Amino acid sequence: MVNPQIEGKSYPPSAPYLVGREKIREFAKAVFSNDPANLDLEAAQALGHKDLIAPPTFAVVIQERSLSTVLADKEAAIDFSRVVHGDQRFVHARPIVAGDLLTGQLKVASVKSLAGNSMVTFETQIIDQNQTLVCTAISTLVVRGQE
Amino acid sequence: MNLTVGQELPTRAFVITRDSLVRYAGASGDFNPIHYRDDFAQSVGLQGVLAHGMLTMGLAVQTVVDFVGDSGRILDYQVRFTKPVLVDAKTGATVEVSAKVIEIDDDSKTARIDLTAVCAELTVLGKAQVRVKI
Repeated sequence: MVNPQIEGKSYPPSAPYLVGREKIREFAKAVFSNDPANLDLEAAQALGHKDLIAPPTFAVVIQERSLSTVLADKEAAIDFSRVVHGDQRFVHARPIVAGDLLTGQLKVASVKSLAGNSMVTFETQIIDQNQTLVCTAISTLVVRGQE
Repeated sequence: MNLTVGQELPTRAFVITRDSLVRYAGASGDFNPIHYRDDFAQSVGLQGVLAHGMLTMGLAVQTVVDFVGDSGRILDYQVRFTKPVLVDAKTGATVEVSAKVIEIDDDSKTARIDLTAVCAELTVLGKAQVRVKI
């Protein structure tokens, strides 16, 4: 079982991630995006963006970097082989733009037990190089109990 | 943008193949082998290779992005992963996504659009809600 004591625990910020234009294009193609704002610089700028903007779920890349720290934390005792993604949410203060330098600041929002499983909710604040909030990513993992 | 409550957006069908999974793994950095190796997936008790939940989430919202014409209009997006998407090595899997306008808030100039994502007659996303800037 997941250690309930980690509820409320904050983890150190993830290493800064520089959002590249080609990475946005690569991710956009992988999620079947046809949005010119993800793919075509002139079109993105015509819509008022500084550069290409990322698809709405791109923030998962930053969230995963923070989550990997938790999964490696012995105190948390999360057995990754028993983890299923339960739900996910992204609340955007603004779109992620190519050139952003992003860090994730993760906090364990809650640890709950339900029918022998643990449900752990993480809240990752994704912050840019100006220390401004870009996106809050909220993720619940279900950790199946031992049979 | 002209939206009305109850309006249905054009549906979109996504054909996910093993190639799509490899592409998403590379793009996202999620290299969990349950998303590309049958032997591994079976060894952990799965029927076969599954699509990344985050791929299903990522493509489903494109139905709304297509309509509103700018990813930057997506303010808030949430889903629950209710059923896995099993991706056959030869035939892949088809996820059909429909979207319906549920609520319009004239004060904040936003609308709530709910998604329904179906694969092999099963609903694969629950509580799939998108808030867009209108």
